[in-house]
Amino acid sequence: MMAALYTRDVRLGFRAGGGAIVAVLFFMSVIIMMPFAIGPDLKLLARLGPAFLWVGALLASLLGLERLFQADREDGSLDLMRLNFGLAELSMMVFVKCLAHWTVTGLPLVLSVPLFGLFLNMEPGAVLAAMATLAVGTPAIAFVGAVGAAAGVTLARGGLLVAVIVLPVIVPVLIFGVSAANAAVNPSQAFFPPFALLSAICLFFAVTGPFAAALFLKGLDE
Amino acid sequence: MGSDLFETSLTVNNLCASRGSFVLFDNISFHLDAGEALRITGPNGSGKTTLMRCLAGLVRFDSGQINGSHENTFHYLGHLNAMKPQLTVAENLMFWAQMDGVKHIEAAIETLNLGRLKHLPFSVLSSGQKRRAAFARLLLSPRPIWLLDEPTVGLDTSSLTIFGSVFEQHLQKGGIILSATHTPLGTEKWQTLELLRVEP
Repeated sequence: MMAALYTRDVRLGFRAGGGAIVAVLFFMSVIIMMPFAIGPDLKLLARLGPAFLWVGALLASLLGLERLFQADREDGSLDLMRLNFGLAELSMMVFVKCLAHWTVTGLPLVLSVPLFGLFLNMEPGAVLAAMATLAVGTPAIAFVGAVGAAAGVTLARGGLLVAVIVLPVIVPVLIFGVSAANAAVNPSQAFFPPFALLSAICLFFAVTGPFAAALFLKGLDE
Repeated sequence: MGSDLFETSLTVNNLCASRGSFVLFDNISFHLDAGEALRITGPNGSGKTTLMRCLAGLVRFDSGQINGSHENTFHYLGHLNAMKPQLTVAENLMFWAQMDGVKHIEAAIETLNLGRLKHLPFSVLSSGQKRRAAFARLLLSPRPIWLLDEPTVGLDTSSLTIFGSVFEQHLQKGGIILSATHTPLGTEKWQTLELLRVEP
């Protein structure tokens, strides 16, 4: 049942107007602007690279997040899910939708890091570290974003609201993600402690985010 | 679809609902047994849709009770078709079938005469065809109570006949149908509940 939902959402994401490519394009734009903004200092670029990748990926992940439930609300699918599902099933539904959203927007970001790392003069080790941290960290953004998306599902222009709700909560993810990714650039820093914390935060949000979003959806009165 | 009959009933007592300070309807009461159908009429804005959504549990009501046998499950067909425009008719129906734990959509496609449309994207269908495809969802899995909000908008006469016979079959199986509509739905079996606009 949930496999069907996952397949449908991924399929919608890759069909015309699904927005799968938009996040990567935005990510690319942010990263390409960085060398122009910083100037031709290769060492500085390499040192700041992981942080740029993270901020770029964070902002790109927020794109389209407010549509997570809105599209289903506009065509009536959300009514049927609310009608048929209890809170536990709704939470599961949100979880699966987040995974599908991540597959369509987050995963391409992670996979594009080796290319964009070149623009930032990053070593292969730094690229690998950035990929690993983003692979763990970007799902957390979707799980938290689902709460914002559910809270703003009835608002026509909820995108900015979602960003404002999500960003403060996502700060720990950014901190530990960047510090783990920096370990590859800066030998005095350890990789695993921040990476373990990052993974823990992601797991925490994977449980609490969908549940909170399901509460919002269940509480809709329309 | 199994041949076993539904054993269902639905009782509504003194249902009241409002939007803000505006009372939509007041003291709605009715009782439906297995195999009975109710047509809900009334002028625009009299709360037909809200009544449907109250029964479905999507909208909270102010007071009153909705009782029924605890096996009651609903199919809800609202104004919106709950179909993705980018997916084909068959993909859309297959999705809802899988959500209900069902694997086969052929019977529903057959019944509603959608064979030639099933591989077309939902977005290219005409509004009547869309309605027909959306209605096919109700045939995927058996549920006793059907809540239909303007089910026949945009339908041609042959589709109306198909809908009529599907309604008839559902009632014969012991199902309950509630439909908010302005158009008459054929059979004399329908009881009518007229909602009056409560002026503020």
